[in-house]
Amino acid sequence: MNPRSGASQLFLASEGLYRRRRLANRVMTAVMGIAAAIAVIPLFLILFYLLQKGLRGLSLDLLTQDPNRPGRPGGGVRNSIVGSGIMVGLATAIGVPIAIGCGVFLAEFGQNRAGLVIRFLVDVMAGIPSITVGLFIYGLIVLPQKQFTAFAGAVALAIILLPVVARITEEMVLLVPRSVREAAYALGAPRWKTTLRIVLPTALPGIITGVLLAVSRIAGEAAPLLFTALGNQFNSTNVFHAMDALPLRIFVYAVGPYDYWHEQAWAMSLLLVTIILFISLAVRAIFGSRVTVRQ
Amino acid sequence: MAIESVPAPLARRGLRNRLKAGDWIFTTLVSATAALVVLIVLGLFYELISRALPSIRKFGLPFLWETQWNPVRETFGAGTFIVGTLITSVVALVLATVLAVLVALFLVEIAPPWLSRPLSYLVELLAAIPSVVYGLWGVFVMGVFIRDYFGPVVVDTLGWIPFFDGTPLITGIFSACLILTIMILPTIMAVSRDVIAAVPNSQREGIMALGATRWEAIRIAILPYARSGVMGGAILGLARAVGETLAVTLVIGNKVAIPSTIFDPAYTMASVIANQFTEVENDMHRSALIEIALVLLVITFVINVVARLLVWRVTRGQRVLVQE
Amino acid sequence: MTTLFRGRKGPLLWLLAAAALVALLAAACGGDDDSNTPTAAATTATGGSPAASSTAGTIAADVGKNDKADITGAGSTFAAPILQAWFDDYNKLVAKGVKVNYQSIGSGGGVQQYTEKTVDFGASDAPLSDAELAKAPDTLNLPFVLGSVVVTYNLDGVTKPLKFDGATVAKIYLGDIKKWNDPALTALNPGVRLPDKEIVPAYRSDGSGTSFVFTDWLSKVSPDWKSKVGTSKNPSWPAGQGGKGNEGVTTIVKQTPNSIGYVELTYALINKLPFADVKNKSGAFVTPSIETTAAAAAGVQLPADFRVSITDAEGAKAYPIASYVYALIRTSSDGCSKYRPVVNAFWWILHSKDASATASGLNYVPLPPETVAKLDPALKALKCEGQSALPQ
Repeated sequence: MNPRSGASQLFLASEGLYRRRRLANRVMTAVMGIAAAIAVIPLFLILFYLLQKGLRGLSLDLLTQDPNRPGRPGGGVRNSIVGSGIMVGLATAIGVPIAIGCGVFLAEFGQNRAGLVIRFLVDVMAGIPSITVGLFIYGLIVLPQKQFTAFAGAVALAIILLPVVARITEEMVLLVPRSVREAAYALGAPRWKTTLRIVLPTALPGIITGVLLAVSRIAGEAAPLLFTALGNQFNSTNVFHAMDALPLRIFVYAVGPYDYWHEQAWAMSLLLVTIILFISLAVRAIFGSRVTVRQ
Repeated sequence: MAIESVPAPLARRGLRNRLKAGDWIFTTLVSATAALVVLIVLGLFYELISRALPSIRKFGLPFLWETQWNPVRETFGAGTFIVGTLITSVVALVLATVLAVLVALFLVEIAPPWLSRPLSYLVELLAAIPSVVYGLWGVFVMGVFIRDYFGPVVVDTLGWIPFFDGTPLITGIFSACLILTIMILPTIMAVSRDVIAAVPNSQREGIMALGATRWEAIRIAILPYARSGVMGGAILGLARAVGETLAVTLVIGNKVAIPSTIFDPAYTMASVIANQFTEVENDMHRSALIEIALVLLVITFVINVVARLLVWRVTRGQRVLVQE
Repeated sequence: MTTLFRGRKGPLLWLLAAAALVALLAAACGGDDDSNTPTAAATTATGGSPAASSTAGTIAADVGKNDKADITGAGSTFAAPILQAWFDDYNKLVAKGVKVNYQSIGSGGGVQQYTEKTVDFGASDAPLSDAELAKAPDTLNLPFVLGSVVVTYNLDGVTKPLKFDGATVAKIYLGDIKKWNDPALTALNPGVRLPDKEIVPAYRSDGSGTSFVFTDWLSKVSPDWKSKVGTSKNPSWPAGQGGKGNEGVTTIVKQTPNSIGYVELTYALINKLPFADVKNKSGAFVTPSIETTAAAAAGVQLPADFRVSITDAEGAKAYPIASYVYALIRTSSDGCSKYRPVVNAFWWILHSKDASATASGLNYVPLPPETVAKLDPALKALKCEGQSALPQ
């Protein structure tokens, strides 16, 4: 399976073989196109469903008001938006540097037994159900403090974000051609400088995708927050207090008894997706030229 | 690796020492982050094992295949949940990976930028939809479609094959497999797309110059280069499939029984934890649920090892990525 | 350090800085409301002035009107809407300084958090079991609202409520009765044309007090059920399909013709689900309602520790699938600052006319006054810092 053996096959081309090869090319192109259609259709349907259900509940009040008392339609979810912003931001600030460090370690020093073990552990970590992470942090932070805190929630989210970003960083750093690195060495750059100034920036587009994927995921996680941040129907910005989050409230409202709760749950889901859309558009607009992988 | 031997060129002593100090700090820092990851995972394992101990002691190894789950009588076995998790996540992984790679190839190699860019955004956006939305859509749209249209057709045409009969309802293991496929698709697709896009153009150009068709270029020059990265994406997807709770809980039917057809209700390990953990019956029940979380970790671990061995065998130990 | 933000490496650091900024920004946006929190939490509760309100041995409902505290409670999902509404009323009508954050994490979660003392009070659909009580022996299981469970169904062409008895429902959920036109069902429902269709039973897949009350009733009325399944928040169901939450069960029932399920009365009333009349201990078929649920409470003697099941209660009007919902409060506390406001708030919930009206308005069943009278001595015995929490 390396280029040389494939290339030698190609020289054996005869008329019939050529036709077969062109046919294979057409068939596989069609298969890829059809696969794209099959994959994208349900995704479109889900987005459409979300829009259809969510638009009705969207209003300015949703963004600027705190929840009404149960049973009284109206009100908003400002507390949840603020809480999600704080906790996801904090989790990203905690988790991403560690994750990138770990990914760089795996890529640069990971071609040995220690790297093998750590890579396994990172993969295993990615498979931990999020509720388990919540329980772990509950035992580690909440129980000793006897207090539910947004900080504990952010740490739980950071742990979920960590393996995703770390693994993607590793893969992306490994993809940087060795020639780039060797050029830096040839100019006398030390290893750390080569990695920080040459390798990481080259791998950046992929890493940013990874961070965005991870942030999107933790922004929608309710389970790890249940036993850490707990939730709060009041607006709170104190990270050492219980705090609300959009996914927590979406879940409570989605299975609750009131129609206006269901409507707000859909609107919140739509809101969450819209916010993520804006974040990723903004990130790509700001770093656009650098983020585009291939023209 | 030859990197260590690359010297700083003809530097004065002080400069060389400073560079060395920089390398030392750098190495220490990234090693520390890696060590932190080890600590976190070990801490998690310790926490889980210590809290699962009563259940491990009482039920021993048969916990893995016993199918009784009765909180009232305090008899616990994870057999049905393990089967449910394996079926749903493996089916979803295979379907999603094949689809994701094809779509990623389409986006990078075939589609024009005006199509591939918005599609790429869209795909990443889908990773942000909360899983409860997937679950509700799975029940109200996909479930109804399966019950009214897809299911009856399958039963009528393929019903003679074992596992393809049964009564299609809005919930069941088939729905769970499909919803998981849809959910993990964006992750695998986004990673695969980046990995494929990162394949140097020299690879493509070289093989095209030799007269290869586009598909041959993909097969010979691009896929081998991207394989390891796609694997990484697939493992992240698998991890999400194995650990997904809310969406699966909403669509799988939550019945403690091994399904005998693709439309039967079933149960997964993550679902039973999510369903019962906040309302445990007694301490043994809690311990057994934590043991399930532990088994889930071990299963992820085993799947990882197997997947890596497979890739290693296919590439016969070569790391394709290091070639230039 | 400053060079880190420049050059090709810059974007990554900017991204991190942006993440931190978002956190700060979010903090700044909503800051105003919370500014008084730390002081509020630190201030010691003053309590109602004992001299003013203890004149004739009666305590005013608004005894806690001068309290100041930030309280956290967690537990029962069923009770969450009414508790949050009550605490909202309490904050607006009585004690401006008391903010109670109550979150629905499930009764089991509530019991656990209460035992671990991470919350100031818990709420649970069932009282503490003996094993749980052993871990927190100084607990008052305080009933504060009533709940009941209705049997709902999806059957085409049936207009008036179906009638069920316990033995039949048990047989349906055991899988012994498989068809709607089973003789047992047609005998209970003379004049109703029941179809020759398979019954699809739906149950709660998540552990829940609703399942506990439902199976507790089935265990009392069906020896078969008691021996094969028993009473549990997480019973191992012999037949049927599981949905998560009231909503999940409702979805299955609505989407599946010929199905049957069970949900809370409050939920069924709000969502206008059809529900069946159920035969009670004295042989009458009772329509579930706020009145018949309250009648069930009246039909059972309240024991000294208040831990009691009121399913299958005596009384011609008593609806048989009912239960108390409990607040979990310590019988004594070292500090009064958060403890007294909790006690005062529950005193208001149990004694105020406003609180009862709020409950009825949300389709919850407040405790009848006779029951409340039996709870008063236990509340008056609660102590903090060595003194009574309520004025004597």
